Amino acid sequence: MPRMNVRYYFSALFGALLATLTFASANAQQGPIRVGEINSYTGPLAAFTVPYRNGWQLAIEEINAKGGVLGRPLEVISRDDGGKPANAIKFAEELLRRENVDLLAGTFLSNIGLAVADFANRNKTLFVASEPLSDAVVWSKGNPYTFRLRPSTYMQAAMLAEEAAKLPAKRWATIAPNYEYGQSAVKAFKEVLKARRPDVEFVEEHWPALFKIDAGATVQAIARAKPEAIFNVTFSIDLAKFVREGQLRGLFKDREVASLLTGEPEYLDTLKGETPEGWIVTGYPWQAIKAPAHRAFLDAYQSRFDDYPRAGSIVGYSTILTIAAMLEKAGSTDTDAMVAAMKGLELDTPFGPITYRSLDHQSTMGAYVGRTAKVDGRGVMVDFRYANGADYLPDDATVRKLRPGS
Amino acid sequence: MSFIVAQAIAGLASAASLFLIAVGLSIVFGVTRVVNFAHGSLYMLGAYIAYSLVVVMGDSFLGYLLALLLAAVAVGVIGGVIESALLRRIYHAPELFQLLATFGVVLVVQDLTRTIWGPDDLFAPRMPGLDGAIEILGYAIPTYDLFLIGVAFAVLGGLWLLFRKTRFGVLLRAATEDRQMVAALGIDQRWLFTAAFVLGSALAGLGGALQMPRQAASLSMDLSIIVDAFVVVVIGGMGSIAGAFIAAVLISELLAFGLVIFPQITLVLIFLVMAVTLVLKPSGLFGKPEFLTAEDVRNPDPPLQPSGPMARTGWRLLLAAGLVAPLVLGEFSTVILTEIAILALFAASLHFLIWGGGLITFGHAAYFGLGAYGAGLAVFHLSVGMAPALLLAPIAGALGALLFGWFCVRLTGIYMAMLTLAFAQIAWSIAFQWIEFTGGDNGILGVWPSAWAADATVFYYLAFSVCAAMIWALRHVLFSPFGYTLRGIRDSALRSAAIGVDVTRHRWLAFTLAGAAAGVSGGFFAFAKGSVFPEVLFVSTSVDGLVMVLLGGMQSLAGPILGAIVYTEIQTELNRLTDLWQLVLGVFIVVLVVILPRGLVGLSALLLGRRVS
Repeated sequence: MPRMNVRYYFSALFGALLATLTFASANAQQGPIRVGEINSYTGPLAAFTVPYRNGWQLAIEEINAKGGVLGRPLEVISRDDGGKPANAIKFAEELLRRENVDLLAGTFLSNIGLAVADFANRNKTLFVASEPLSDAVVWSKGNPYTFRLRPSTYMQAAMLAEEAAKLPAKRWATIAPNYEYGQSAVKAFKEVLKARRPDVEFVEEHWPALFKIDAGATVQAIARAKPEAIFNVTFSIDLAKFVREGQLRGLFKDREVASLLTGEPEYLDTLKGETPEGWIVTGYPWQAIKAPAHRAFLDAYQSRFDDYPRAGSIVGYSTILTIAAMLEKAGSTDTDAMVAAMKGLELDTPFGPITYRSLDHQSTMGAYVGRTAKVDGRGVMVDFRYANGADYLPDDATVRKLRPGS
Repeated sequence: MSFIVAQAIAGLASAASLFLIAVGLSIVFGVTRVVNFAHGSLYMLGAYIAYSLVVVMGDSFLGYLLALLLAAVAVGVIGGVIESALLRRIYHAPELFQLLATFGVVLVVQDLTRTIWGPDDLFAPRMPGLDGAIEILGYAIPTYDLFLIGVAFAVLGGLWLLFRKTRFGVLLRAATEDRQMVAALGIDQRWLFTAAFVLGSALAGLGGALQMPRQAASLSMDLSIIVDAFVVVVIGGMGSIAGAFIAAVLISELLAFGLVIFPQITLVLIFLVMAVTLVLKPSGLFGKPEFLTAEDVRNPDPPLQPSGPMARTGWRLLLAAGLVAPLVLGEFSTVILTEIAILALFAASLHFLIWGGGLITFGHAAYFGLGAYGAGLAVFHLSVGMAPALLLAPIAGALGALLFGWFCVRLTGIYMAMLTLAFAQIAWSIAFQWIEFTGGDNGILGVWPSAWAADATVFYYLAFSVCAAMIWALRHVLFSPFGYTLRGIRDSALRSAAIGVDVTRHRWLAFTLAGAAAGVSGGFFAFAKGSVFPEVLFVSTSVDGLVMVLLGGMQSLAGPILGAIVYTEIQTELNRLTDLWQLVLGVFIVVLVVILPRGLVGLSALLLGRRVS
């Protein structure tokens, strides 16, 4: 694994050199703009965060190669929180007080995202939350200094619920990991689906402990309830186990399945030859997206890392693009200016243009919705379309009620 | 009816998996009395190695089976290497020190696995020939499930034969029952221990390898399985193979049917069963009580001496350094010192229990967490300020310790340790699932110090003074008649009871006192982090506390403080340098354990040529 300090110090140095040569203005003497980044780079989340780091490294290199931002190179100082909120706070303190970063970014798990957001609010520092999916990050626990990139649990569940409403199925079963993400996903899915299809009923719910699913027993219990369709929120090894046991026991025969995040390469690639076909999923069909913005990103990523991008790569890349665009708009690293610049910020990402809403600081980045299929022994998404995040948020009045102080 | 049969079979397959993992731990613990934290890591290695072998040779049934068996053998060898290179050097070290060594191994294996196999989950193909399902009473039962059940019975039978009919097995059983006697009869213990460890590791590796047709190999495997394995071993009774089997079946069937009736029970069921079992049958289902024989009198440490002039100067220097530091060092260093002070108190309270009272606990985080939640809930629900919340914290910790302690102090040894863990995990699952009250895993936010203590330096002085005072108070208790009685109970409960000491009451009081102290540190922790999450109650926090105490050294009262300083500092600084900080930390711990079997305090004793207290 590359010693990341060396890598980006080198690129920062390179960028600084270029900036000095190209611009030779007073700005270059101020030094790089520093972004403090915290994420869970060790442990089971590394499958997502390693590609995520590749994404932001690529963005940093590209930006600095073009002269940086405001005539200064952009630099990321990164820390690993090991999946523990207490560590994340400790490193947030370190980044702010010892490394003197200009803003904070990152986090993956929702509880860590919320802890860092609260810290940022207390210390009046801008925090660009890249991945944490909990709705609370911008709604029930939203604060003026926190902005979030990824489409939230609510948004993605709503995307699936829209597709689910088109199915004839009336009896649904849900299976979700027993923590806030799973609970919120099921709640949002139920809410949106029932609004569109009041005749739908939820006959069975299952809540396996995260990473510890008893798949055989759970699959049989779901089958016993004879649902017509299943909403699945499990991911990673729980998903793999659920898929295998489900297929062995015929759970998915003649049943539709809507499955959250399963179309992301991090989770889909694991399944290989056992990829279930025809599941309705949200995800990232990197092989097949035709938009030129994505093609450019794909080519750059593949030549840089000799590997294909994952969903995390898009998130990391877009986080840095966000920060760069925000800085250009703000014209300085003063926190109030940066926060003001984030509101209503528009920028282009490999997924197309996105906006950070002033109303709740949520970006309109969306996800791809499609069906799973098996091609040459590996899983892909087909029949997909891009679901714009902006279309899957509740109306403004509802949002205002959900978000305190707005 | 047919559903019940099908669900029972599914539960039995899970039981088979659990049994195979737990039986190796039972053997290792029964014979060597080592709390082998790395058992989960060996299980994980078994899975990964099996994956790699299956990819190469798993095209046929025999090839696949061979791959799984080879993986088990490989892990057995790795276990043997760990035992002979590392654990053998520290058998003479104070109890629990081996736990620290195995903890270091866990860290090393986690990072090495990620480096060698990468971060992605690895899903092996199903076993050829056993990749389908047969119909039983209208339900499709995977053939591999039946195979797994068969393997579990085969292993059970094989181990029974081993233990009853072979000399090696008889020696293992004898060592489980009475190690001293086995040595007295002239059996080479070293060889016996290594053999037990190899056998246990191979079984762990087999357990992991046999999972490959069912699930993907993942970096979460080591920690997700180790607690469950210990629970099964304890419920079944230490060293009892049949007990491990029955316990595995009991737990898996309860889970298989429990999730039909009450799906949320998945988080807490295993700990509820353990708590109920230990309360009703303190040595597990088939375990023999740890006899309080003459051998149970530990080689007593010399009586606790008040600090000599050199030690006193040392303490004064430490105090002065703590007071002066924020004026000299930067703002972040002050923040880290606050965390160190808080954790030092947590470690000191744990040390008070383990060393002062001889009460081994794996669930001390319960009282730390109750203190944190006490403070956090007071702020969130009652909108009180920092001071009342901080006063509530030790009360919450003490009440929890009073309640849980009543049950725990009636047990001894590993059973007591596991019961404390059970209660801590039950508390954790309540905090995790009672979302309306505790916020669930999204926690309680906004627990920040009051305006007067908002400055990092002011908060530091507050935390430092309170924690230092409490540590001093704990030390003072150890020098009081109560403290001497406690150590008497630790050295020999039998003799203490014989001279009229109420053993249980003293232990209970000590437990409560330690719980209150842990509660204080928990309360400060909540305000230092500005938030309270269920992690503060989780086993990982208890383990962190144990690591700090062991790292610093058990014999000295400076040990936990030293351990807190070093453990916190290393983790913080390593993070800036490398992605593989767990590997470096693990290697550091392993090397330290081998060179300094008395912990860091041993270093100064080594240099000074005498004991520090």
